[in-house]
Amino acid sequence: MVISAEARARIDAEIQKYPRKRGALLPALHIVQSELGHISAETTREVAAIFEILPVEVMEVVSFYNMFFDAPQARHHVHVCTNLPCSLRGARVLLRELEEHLDVDENGNTSDGRIHLGHEECLGACAYAPMLRIDDTYHEDLDAGKAKALLDGLA
Amino acid sequence: MLTVPYTTQYLSQHFADDEFTTLAGYERRGGYRAARVALGMAPADVIQLIKDSGLQGRGGAGFSTGLKWSFMPTQTDQPKYLVCNADESEPGSFKDRILIERGSHQMLEGILIAAWATGAQKTFIYIRGEYAKPAQVLQRCIDEAYSKGYLGASAMGTGFRHDVVLQRGAGAYICGEETGLLESLEGKKGQPRKKPPFPAQYGAFGMPTTVNNVETFSHVPHIVANGVQWFRGFGTEKSPGTTIFGVSGHVVRPGLYELPLGTRLDEIVFEHAGGVPGGRKVKGVIPGGMSMPILPADQLDVPMANEHLRERKTMLGTGGVMVMDDTTCMVRVASVITYFFRDESCGQCTQCREGTGWMNKIVNRIERGAGSDEDLGILLDVAAKMEGQTICAFADAAAWPIQGLLRHFRLDFEMHVHEKRCPFPGSFEL
Repeated sequence: MVISAEARARIDAEIQKYPRKRGALLPALHIVQSELGHISAETTREVAAIFEILPVEVMEVVSFYNMFFDAPQARHHVHVCTNLPCSLRGARVLLRELEEHLDVDENGNTSDGRIHLGHEECLGACAYAPMLRIDDTYHEDLDAGKAKALLDGLA
Repeated sequence: MLTVPYTTQYLSQHFADDEFTTLAGYERRGGYRAARVALGMAPADVIQLIKDSGLQGRGGAGFSTGLKWSFMPTQTDQPKYLVCNADESEPGSFKDRILIERGSHQMLEGILIAAWATGAQKTFIYIRGEYAKPAQVLQRCIDEAYSKGYLGASAMGTGFRHDVVLQRGAGAYICGEETGLLESLEGKKGQPRKKPPFPAQYGAFGMPTTVNNVETFSHVPHIVANGVQWFRGFGTEKSPGTTIFGVSGHVVRPGLYELPLGTRLDEIVFEHAGGVPGGRKVKGVIPGGMSMPILPADQLDVPMANEHLRERKTMLGTGGVMVMDDTTCMVRVASVITYFFRDESCGQCTQCREGTGWMNKIVNRIERGAGSDEDLGILLDVAAKMEGQTICAFADAAAWPIQGLLRHFRLDFEMHVHEKRCPFPGSFEL
């Protein structure tokens, strides 16, 4: 079993909230991903067994949503919002500076597996542009200096 | 704390106050009194009150909230549900985030009133996955409401059971479409459903369901507490109340401005947001989130209410006002917009899946200086063949902004074609 007893208990608690078991599938995927870092083939089979659906039904959900990953990830996900309000305020220039700073390609990982740097669509922070998201945290009203310092501070 | 410039009316008047985010602080400022009043009324009377208020949904479509509630069946043995759409993902929109971070209890009170009015036993709040912090604040507020007995087995001691379940999305714009949301809530890909049947007949888990936006619920306690006449004192005859305009882009003071519907767009851009910095001029403004067609600088004298905006072939949408100055290349704007819709199409309908990609390719070709005169016609042809031809309004939302850009800024596109390069080197970079 790759899913821990604790995660399983949290999934069971989520299932209780829904009239049909499958309603708790997204919450369950969030729970297992936060514990394991990504949703592997084995995790997929275990989740499918919990929800009494086929593994392929879990896979089609995992692949549909940007925030679920079916392969191991860098330790930190850094996403610069490049939608229109942010682009108007220099987000794409910032992104390229950060790519250069970390020496990564577009939507690439640092060679030490520390950071994935990519762009993201509107994050709902339009008055605070440019901004970026590091994992679950927003960092707003940035310039290149502030953004680089944030990235340098990531373990 | 609120860290951006803002103006307030009733919705956001306490948003700078940290205590407002706690149940005790919310109650000290009059919170949950309206719910007590509403739960003492006949549900049909609450629906009538909201109908009479003229409240329109603030999620983009502007449909009458009271009318929507009245579609819920009254004679049924099936469980009924409410869904709160907190999947705010429309580019240029960031008001729902602040309504949750700074006013979760106000929204929850609106949900409780709506639940009573429609007889819903459970509310599912679907919040976009990226809103991790707002989701934490909201869950804490839900927990507070449970421990005070405002939610749960007997809401406010009335014997009316109401539960609230918060679900996080996982990064898909289409889940803001109400039936895409319902599919996602059920643990599936967020691909919108054919309508009819509408959610009031066949909604979440196949049960009668009403879906409202975060802001829509947030207005409800104020209407119950202060009455229809008071509410109609804000806004226009057809579009009463306030809304929170999120202003972004090339302005001196990007921020959140709660103003009556019907406030003129030029007042929002120049007076509240301080106009364009650096002595430059406005070139165009998208008035209501990225799906809404742009207006050129000489058409900003329009009241921000659908009955007026429709005359200019655009709509209020989510009230996300994006301002572009006179350095802006509108083909680059089209590139950003078409990329977004291409990226977010759920892929279900051919017109949308293919059309969004084609539009993005053509726009990028024009931007590179490799476009032809014919490309402009093809763009409009593709847009026309997407609009109104698909299961949901996403394809319309992808077509409208391109139609708007070509209606008002065709010259930008033609200059690219004829000069075989981007003639706006000073524009924001792609």
